[in-house]
Amino acid sequence: MNGAHDLGGMHGFGRINAEPEAEEPVFHADWEKRVFGMQLAAGALRKWNSDISRHARERQHPVDYLGHSYYENWLAGLEKLLMETGLVTAEELASSKAAQPAGEDLLKHRLHAEAVITTLTRGSPAMMPADTPPRFRLGDRVRARNRHPTGHTREPRYVRGRVGVIHEYHGTHVFPDLSAEGVRVGRHLYGVRFEGPELWGENANGNSAVYVDLWEDYLEPA
Amino acid sequence: MSREHHHSHDHTEPPADVVLRVKALESLLVEKGLVDPAAIDVLIDAYETKIGPRNGARVVARAWVDAGFKKWLLNDATAAIASLGYSGRQGEHMKVVENTPHIHNLVVCTLCSCYPWPVLGLPPVWYKSAPYRARAVADPRGVLKEFGTELGDDVQIRVWDSTSEVRYLVLPERPAGTDGWTEEQLAALVTRNSMIGVEQAKSPREVDKPS
Repeated sequence: MNGAHDLGGMHGFGRINAEPEAEEPVFHADWEKRVFGMQLAAGALRKWNSDISRHARERQHPVDYLGHSYYENWLAGLEKLLMETGLVTAEELASSKAAQPAGEDLLKHRLHAEAVITTLTRGSPAMMPADTPPRFRLGDRVRARNRHPTGHTREPRYVRGRVGVIHEYHGTHVFPDLSAEGVRVGRHLYGVRFEGPELWGENANGNSAVYVDLWEDYLEPA
Repeated sequence: MSREHHHSHDHTEPPADVVLRVKALESLLVEKGLVDPAAIDVLIDAYETKIGPRNGARVVARAWVDAGFKKWLLNDATAAIASLGYSGRQGEHMKVVENTPHIHNLVVCTLCSCYPWPVLGLPPVWYKSAPYRARAVADPRGVLKEFGTELGDDVQIRVWDSTSEVRYLVLPERPAGTDGWTEEQLAALVTRNSMIGVEQAKSPREVDKPS
């Protein structure tokens, strides 16, 4: 979707205002810690994947997305996911009282404190086989397709219609556009190099290029 | 927060109702049995005290002293990094990109906040902020300048936009004047920002050489 999250190339946000590295805490408030922990712990219940989760944050009103701090966006996304998957009802969320306990089928996936480190260390690899051979080879010129799906996609606006060169083949990874709908299929994933002027015209920085990971569905021969 | 509210800063001075909303949500999830509050505590502690940029600094320092490891790291970063004990969530598919006198690499996620957690921990606020995500791809030299990093036109800037589950780590150049330094001494020169690519590694002048 052409949402407020797709920020590459936008103007008007001003300076970056980085805090000094040595002084910046990992979290800036206790509530941020709890949102972070709840998001990961609730994710273990397997009612959504990372693409569904990203899409939940992206689907906010653009003004809200840009007005919220980072963990406010996580909180808004988490509440949306909990309600859409039926883990909690709107009434429960409003009253913060449980109408009924979660079912046994859910509780067996509940993340226990002693399993946290093992779960983090294992991660969840995104590799998944595809049923076709790769269409492109290293060095091929490709155009990022000019497409504007209303659902989740990882093809940023600033590359659409632009020509680049296949720089790397990453193998077959879960395709996010369908994964965000709950359908897990593997598709070929490529690293594509775009020269600065191809993306930014006469406003490009000198001697610069942008590398973007793009699934085969996003690409056509150029 | 209302849609009319103008949010002029990057991070977080939440209205009190956010604090209450988070407390209410956690008590609801705990009451329903969906989350274990002790698991949340362990998750927080892991990223506050265990999983952070010192991990990445050890990877970089090893690559600076061990040519075989560096070759492995550039060819199969996930395996090479795992050999030092760092793996898992948000680092399942790692790629390391090397700075040279003629190439400077910079990592961003324009679409959200993808970042290599096992080696760098959770991202700083500025990395997740709109100005960085908007500008890193379109004006990388301007971004670098804001971090005090000015590079000549003979240095090619390569920006890596983390649009897939591949996570990028920059291998900064080893600073001059560090011949004979141990891995541990070198790791003290490797900042988080140098592994994102907004800065160079520190020079020996900037640190007290650790013993």
